[in-house]
Amino acid sequence: MSQYGSGSGSVAAPPAAAGGDGRRRRREPASRIKGRQGLWGWLFVSPMVLVLGLFLLLPIGMALWVSLLNWDGQSNPFTGAADFVGLDNYSNVLTNDGLDRTLFMTSVRNNLYFVLLVVPLQTILALALAVAVNSRRIKGKSLFRTIFYFPSVTSSIAISTVFLFLFQGSGAVNALLKWVGITGPKWFTDADGLVWTVLGGLGIVDPDKPTAALASNGFLGLSWWDWLSGPSIAMCTIIALIVWTSSGTYMLIFLAALQDVPAELEEAALLDGANRWQSFRNVTIPALRPVIFLVLTLGLIGSWQIFDAVYVMSQGAPGNTTLTPAFLSYTAGFQDSEYGRAAAIAFILLAIIMVMTLIQRVLLRDRDRPARTAGRFGALRRRTS
Amino acid sequence: MSTLPTTPPVRKTQATWQPRTSGSGSAGPRAQGGTGRRILLAFVYLVLTAVGLIYILPFVIQIVTSFKTDPDAAGNPLGLLPNPFSLESYRRLFGLGNSGDAVPFSTWLSNSVLVTLFITAGRVFFDSLAGYALARLDFRGRNLLFNGLLTIMAVPGVVLLIPKFLVLNQLGIFDTYSAMIIPLMVDAAGVFIMRQFFLSIPREVEEAARIDGASVFRTFWSVVLPMAKPALITLTILSFQGSWNEFTHFLVATQSPQYQTLTTGLASFVSGSLSSGTQYPLKLTAALLATIPVAVLFFTFQRHFVRSANSGAVKE
Repeated sequence: MSQYGSGSGSVAAPPAAAGGDGRRRRREPASRIKGRQGLWGWLFVSPMVLVLGLFLLLPIGMALWVSLLNWDGQSNPFTGAADFVGLDNYSNVLTNDGLDRTLFMTSVRNNLYFVLLVVPLQTILALALAVAVNSRRIKGKSLFRTIFYFPSVTSSIAISTVFLFLFQGSGAVNALLKWVGITGPKWFTDADGLVWTVLGGLGIVDPDKPTAALASNGFLGLSWWDWLSGPSIAMCTIIALIVWTSSGTYMLIFLAALQDVPAELEEAALLDGANRWQSFRNVTIPALRPVIFLVLTLGLIGSWQIFDAVYVMSQGAPGNTTLTPAFLSYTAGFQDSEYGRAAAIAFILLAIIMVMTLIQRVLLRDRDRPARTAGRFGALRRRTS
Repeated sequence: MSTLPTTPPVRKTQATWQPRTSGSGSAGPRAQGGTGRRILLAFVYLVLTAVGLIYILPFVIQIVTSFKTDPDAAGNPLGLLPNPFSLESYRRLFGLGNSGDAVPFSTWLSNSVLVTLFITAGRVFFDSLAGYALARLDFRGRNLLFNGLLTIMAVPGVVLLIPKFLVLNQLGIFDTYSAMIIPLMVDAAGVFIMRQFFLSIPREVEEAARIDGASVFRTFWSVVLPMAKPALITLTILSFQGSWNEFTHFLVATQSPQYQTLTTGLASFVSGSLSSGTQYPLKLTAALLATIPVAVLFFTFQRHFVRSANSGAVKE
């Protein structure tokens, strides 16, 4: 038994005796297998190559071409029936005065405020939920996890329908607000910017009368008054919806990361006299840094693409204050049949997302503190144990 | 109901930690810390319950409203007891109502089922084929393909709305089932998940089959794939959920009402061409019925949802 017992068993020839001969004999089938693998490999990936190439790679190239045309979607864009207009579509949206630019800049402003509110809110909420649900002493953790995560798996269209009902003028949200004595706004028809509404409530500015200096000067086709107005009340409902639906997914990502943070580190900090908050701030947060970066990046990329909720809940109304670049690109193509402009907007959106991600990466890379902190507490742990 | 495993290290350190606290102080401070902690704990429960309510309440209101009449829903949006109790919305959606079948709900439903089945089957098969090749088969261009895959995963989907329509139009399949199904038959994230899984399977398993003379496909099909069951279940669920909830692709790939799915149909009913009056009970019932399959799937296979949520974290 012991003669044959090792490893690959009875098939193998006596290893020592065969020597170089055996190795050569083994190499030939190996290369034949490799040759066969090449064929099979390409066969296996061909559906992927075909589908992703045809419906992801090719569209990008085609759209790049179409964004240089004035094309209504009817003729063949490659036969010369459509006018080649060069970069006109881009300059109409970015630099030339006119409705195209006003609309696009309005959509950028709306989305900018959307990102500014959604990304921090959903990240902080998700982290707070994850920490709470990760606590050892909380009972019913899995129930809470389920509850917080459930909205993330449901259809965005179905959820938007529900929110549309909740936030009607005489809807559930306003009924709740009435209990505490607040008269809620008519959410989806209120185009007032949050910043001016709040400042107006404090008596600092009159939201209905733009300050002359801000209203008469502007930047990229919008007055400063418009740029600074904040998200509209209508946009706030979409912000609430997105924070509510996406926090569950990010909570799970944080939760997985929290369970990888060595508990000894936090304990060492506590032993060293840090309170809970300091230990969280100086040990847990630095340990979570890569995941925070991931969540911020995913959040940023996702928020610049907000489309479904806008489509169902507002279609850009009221007063274009919920218009976003993604939705504008859609309407430019499918409603106005200006596919060149639509494609140009899509590429500018792509550029915005890429630039934002890069900026974020640079900003977060510069403050490289975690290594040091972890080192300090690592040393500390060695001392205490 | 358990979703995530509690990691053992946490438990272990808890055990070593507690004796230290109890040993460190006299009875007085310990009792004080106890009450402080208990108050904190009560506070955490309170906040969690309140936040939990905010997460559940929309669904509760949705379910209740689906049994309401239009005036009741409008007058009593918060009322948790439908008065009168009405099954009218459900009857109308299934074409049993008196006021006729204004909403082609059965068309949406059958389209959703059909499209979801094809996309899910396609994704599970093609994603695992490609994932296996990228993980295990040695062929020229493999690294290039894999890097291309990672790049494609980084392209924001919304940017492709217009471009996708252009290609479907050029291929002459715009507004067909093919346009709805084929582009979604393979998804980059799924290929990535399967590749990661196949990398974790020991090579010896396949070698035995190879030596016995099995072809590459046969090795894949009857040896490796059965071992990939956990990954396949995750992928199936992910694909089902993804294609059932898919909206933007169907929106740009089709035009005719006959191809509307639950999502595009519902969207046109709520804010588009079919929209008329408020009819909130009817809209919320349609939304509810569109949610139920995914909800059932979620409560049955929570673990796999959790895994798929975290497979996103592997990407970076």
